[in-house]
Amino acid sequence: MATDGFLIFENVTKRFGAHAAVDGVSVGVQKGEVFSLLGPSGCGKTTLLRIAAGLETPDEGRVWLDGEDITDLPPERRRVNTVFQNYALFPHLTVAENIAFGPRAAGWPRARIREEVDRMLALVQLTDQAGKKPRMLSGGQKQRVAIARALINQPRVLLLDEPLAALDLKLRQRMLVELDLIHDEVGITFVYVTHDQGEAMGLSDRIAVMNRGRIEQIGRPAEIYEAPRTGFVAAFIGDTNFLEGRVEEHLGDNYCRLGVEGFPDIECFNDTGRPPGEPVCLSVRPEKIRISRERPEPAPHVNVVPARVADAIYLGTHTRFWVRVGRHRVAVWQPHARFLLDERPIRWGDEVWISWHGDDGFMLERFSGADAALVATPPERIGAANGGVAP
Amino acid sequence: MTADHLRREEWAVTLPSLGWLLALFAAPTLLVFAVSFRPADPYGGIGAGWTLATLREMARTPLGPVIARTVRLSALTTAICLALAIPCGTCLARVAPRRQAVLLLLVVVPFWTSFLIRVFAWRMLLHPEGPLKRVLVTVGLADPHTQLLYSEPAVLLVMVYTFLPFAILPIYAAAEKFDLALLEAARDLGAGPWGAFVKVFLPGIGRGVLTATLMVLIPALGSYVIPDLVGGPGQDMLGNRIAQRAFSDRNLPQASALSAALTLAALAPMALAALVQRRPPALEAAARKEAA
Repeated sequence: MATDGFLIFENVTKRFGAHAAVDGVSVGVQKGEVFSLLGPSGCGKTTLLRIAAGLETPDEGRVWLDGEDITDLPPERRRVNTVFQNYALFPHLTVAENIAFGPRAAGWPRARIREEVDRMLALVQLTDQAGKKPRMLSGGQKQRVAIARALINQPRVLLLDEPLAALDLKLRQRMLVELDLIHDEVGITFVYVTHDQGEAMGLSDRIAVMNRGRIEQIGRPAEIYEAPRTGFVAAFIGDTNFLEGRVEEHLGDNYCRLGVEGFPDIECFNDTGRPPGEPVCLSVRPEKIRISRERPEPAPHVNVVPARVADAIYLGTHTRFWVRVGRHRVAVWQPHARFLLDERPIRWGDEVWISWHGDDGFMLERFSGADAALVATPPERIGAANGGVAP
Repeated sequence: MTADHLRREEWAVTLPSLGWLLALFAAPTLLVFAVSFRPADPYGGIGAGWTLATLREMARTPLGPVIARTVRLSALTTAICLALAIPCGTCLARVAPRRQAVLLLLVVVPFWTSFLIRVFAWRMLLHPEGPLKRVLVTVGLADPHTQLLYSEPAVLLVMVYTFLPFAILPIYAAAEKFDLALLEAARDLGAGPWGAFVKVFLPGIGRGVLTATLMVLIPALGSYVIPDLVGGPGQDMLGNRIAQRAFSDRNLPQASALSAALTLAALAPMALAALVQRRPPALEAAARKEAA
């Protein structure tokens, strides 16, 4: 085992016809953590989850659970349980009977089943719904039955396949908190599949961002957001500006000078040792960029660029600006930490200065056009790197 | 749009079929019941006045063995049809759409040939000089003196053949609507393949199975052409007795009384099915108590 962890995927590949849904994935999930598989639809995250559940057999690679090779075990003999995307509750059974399904299959004594079902009903706050059939429940209640039905078997790992996707926004936010509480209470390992970066960021200890059957990056939510390692991750998680350019020269102290058409020289952190002349894609998050009427005092490693405001959307907590620098459009989010009405707000057409620290820029490989379709906010909507010139 | 408005529209839509049922099903059935209480007329008609003579006559006839055979053959036919139709219907629901159309056509194709002709075809197949017998003898599965035709197994075989499509179609319809993720959920929760089939799939297609049972059992109870053509002299069913009373004896009240008895017997399983489908709250409460 090259990777360590409680639930380990070792070089797992699954093909459907010629298409590799999961392509040589190796990842170790630690005991007790909430581990998210995050990616656009078709990235292979659900297939990977189904491989863990035993509902798909990998073409290559092994799956380990607590040191035991479970690759060839049928689903009923794995100590993992799944919360399915559409809950898959048994329509002919009541809530209590649904929850009791696993223990009955396992042949628990009746008294223990009754006791545990009651405990689970209390945990998910459905004691008064015990005798109802699933079709009489609301979406959120069904969801909680599905969780209780899985948890009662005391799985080593709980697999959740987009468990909130079928709920409306308000309910989704509430269930997210409840899921977090349930995890704190039962303390078992969660593997959580989602395409929603907000869910993943809010719930997870670690996130694996997947794209085209491969894992692009694994890390804590803040690591993934603050230090994306690929263009795909930068664009899929949150919003960002992409600026195409090339490395001009190294400045020492791990910094380098970038040339981007229409911009003055840009300083950027360069810990990956990209050589001068290499084409790069600079990613800067809109909330890392400051905007002001007056030119900021020069400071080491801070980039200061003159711009003109092309658009401004006031959102209460912050204002979203789109400013033009040469032929580029750059998104800038200005938070409003103080009473705004005393100030003179920046408006459309104003000449402004934008600035960001060299540490807040990331040099990534060029973002491929095919991936652009997969991410929530394609880069051409934000930056100008792919030709998003303001009219 | 109010609920009342909707209901009135529903009535308008339902009325024609309701009228059709009343005129062509309920009225004749009641007529048959009524004729049972009229005297027979020597010319094969119905006499004047009312009498219980027919019922007394029927009570004197030893119908026991015929009824036992009718119920046995019908129940066996239903059981075998279900046993074949559940896997067939399930597979039909799972194959690719193009192949599904072809297979469904194959299930329905026998209806394009007259029922009588198909039963006569079975007579040819089962004939002592027929191909089936010859094959069985050549292979060594039957000795040359075995009687295939005019036996109870022959009646059963042809009944299963006849009624099988009526079992396959409702089960196919139910299996097609069944959500396969439920089977995955059952496996995930620790049930083996067989456990998932029995505890989740069968209840899931329960309505289809119920419909199939009724679609086979009720016509099977009334069948008379099959035992008449491929059964021996000792294999007649209630249907044969009715035909005999009506066509040979020309005693319509007797035929009616037997028919009425058969109708009541066929209604019994339907009433039972209706009861099962609309489980009263008491049963549901009991189920809940059991689950908790």
